[in-house]
Amino acid sequence: MPDAPGLELIRGEIEQDHPGAILDTSFDRGQATLVVDSEQVLEVLRWLCDAPGQGYRFLSSLHAADYLPATPRFAVHYELLNRNRVERLRVKALLADPSAGPVTAGDPPPPPVAKASSGVGSPTAPPAEGLPEIDSCVELFPTADFQEREVFDFFGIVFRGHPDLTRILLPEDYVGWPQRRDFPVGGEPVTFTYNERQYG
Amino acid sequence: MADGLSSPLSAPPAVETEVMTINIGPHHPATHGVLRLVVDLEGEVVRDLKPVIGYVHTGIEKSCEDKSYWKVIPFVERMDYVSFFFQMEAFCGAVERLVDLEIPPRAKYLRMIFLELNRIHSHLVWLGTTALDLGAISMLWYCFRERERILDLFEMATGQRMHTRYFQVGGVIEDIPVGFEEKLRKFIADMPVRVGQYEALLDRNEVFLQRTKGTGIVPRERLLELGVTGPLLRAAGEPWDMRKTFDYLAYPEMDFKIPVGTVGDNYDRYRVRLAEIVESVRIVEQSLDALPEGPFIADDRKYVLPPRSELPTSMESLIHHFKLVTEGYRVAPGEVYYAIESPRGELGCFVLADGSAKPARVHFRDPSFINLQAFKDMAVDTYVADMIVSLGMLDPILGGVDR
Repeated sequence: MPDAPGLELIRGEIEQDHPGAILDTSFDRGQATLVVDSEQVLEVLRWLCDAPGQGYRFLSSLHAADYLPATPRFAVHYELLNRNRVERLRVKALLADPSAGPVTAGDPPPPPVAKASSGVGSPTAPPAEGLPEIDSCVELFPTADFQEREVFDFFGIVFRGHPDLTRILLPEDYVGWPQRRDFPVGGEPVTFTYNERQYG
Repeated sequence: MADGLSSPLSAPPAVETEVMTINIGPHHPATHGVLRLVVDLEGEVVRDLKPVIGYVHTGIEKSCEDKSYWKVIPFVERMDYVSFFFQMEAFCGAVERLVDLEIPPRAKYLRMIFLELNRIHSHLVWLGTTALDLGAISMLWYCFRERERILDLFEMATGQRMHTRYFQVGGVIEDIPVGFEEKLRKFIADMPVRVGQYEALLDRNEVFLQRTKGTGIVPRERLLELGVTGPLLRAAGEPWDMRKTFDYLAYPEMDFKIPVGTVGDNYDRYRVRLAEIVESVRIVEQSLDALPEGPFIADDRKYVLPPRSELPTSMESLIHHFKLVTEGYRVAPGEVYYAIESPRGELGCFVLADGSAKPARVHFRDPSFINLQAFKDMAVDTYVADMIVSLGMLDPILGGVDR
């Protein structure tokens, strides 16, 4: 992992090429994290991948987390790995919940929702209004295909430009985003013989 | 399957054929679990393929958010049900990094012994079932005979054959019992001989060789793009093993090799896994020889249960025990991604703590889930029969894929 000064160096270099892309950095428990603007996450990932001396070309894992009381509420995590230097770097893109109503002061305004230009036109899962959106990185990291679908499936985060953004683990007619923190555990009725007319 | 006749694989056939879409699975023995494949066939050749997953999704990650940290351990074991020790290690290791808890040396070695036994177990299940797909039925019995010995060892040390809940945050729950070492030494003396016997059965079997050699090749660069790790990547010639590259447990002190392949076909995948069994045996043997004396679990009463013998005499222990069992321990806010080398590749565990006694998010980067994306590259423009071999050699565990 890059150490704390190394992380600041990376931040400074990205700031030169993409001003305003890095919102924050953190170095916690030996893990370096870049907090980036969700609108520019693709540029930052591409920079980390291609810039000389960086070479974070392996995406170990892409997952999301819901920090419910906090705003912005969601974050998509990219666990990058430089396999030559054996260094991990986490890129964290914060995403506000557009359906949460007026944002409090001090928050970046939610990104403008450009429905017409969104590349997600699959008939099976038309993304509902009011979902957070972020650019898909499948072009850069083909391994993100399944993982972005999983994040969409469980958090309702729309990845713009994903080739086939449908539910992957849940049934395609499922309603709701079960890994969000406000989705109750056990909220799903279980069908037995005696109540199958009600729920089945 | 290279034959002298005109192969339908590359060139379109002279006769117009129709592309037919068929379903393989989800309930098909050759899909190694509840995997559904929607396959476009042109004659016998696969032209397109889409894996459909989610049939055994049980919402384990969501359920974990409603359990205190120590109750999550048996849950996550049941994701990838063939490599349960690895899920435990990934989760316990992540929590140990969150709370900054150092585990004692003996626990590290005990964990390594069980992890490597589990790797052998997992590869034996893979070898038996994959050889079964190829028609080598007797392999299943031989592999499961050795697997049974491993499960007996697990039962002896932990009380359970599978899903043992043996690793705890801070170490392992119990020391190994009397007689375990002797039984284990007998096993590790036998295992390399058994591997030689498997090789003797398969390596000169013409049917096996023809079906595995030269099939399912995916170039190394493409595998890396797809995020594939583990034996699949190593079979393509990339010596990437997280036991060597990252410093966890006591693997840096172990002397073992990383088997790699050259071509990256199904035969190389088979060879790499067999060689890994032998290397795992070496790690078990070295760990057993170097097994340090001392405690098997950390002595931090905020996270680790006090020994049972202290409870009748020590009020403080009783209070700690009560607090740990009822509420559990609280973990300061933070997030950790901890990855280890499972039998199928990089198994990562992401734990987000929000300061309460329950994790706010537990996510597993399951290698089967990621590796399954490479299946299309392996199987398109090959015969259906080769697709079945490639799927076996991919070794997906659907419990881990669907979680």
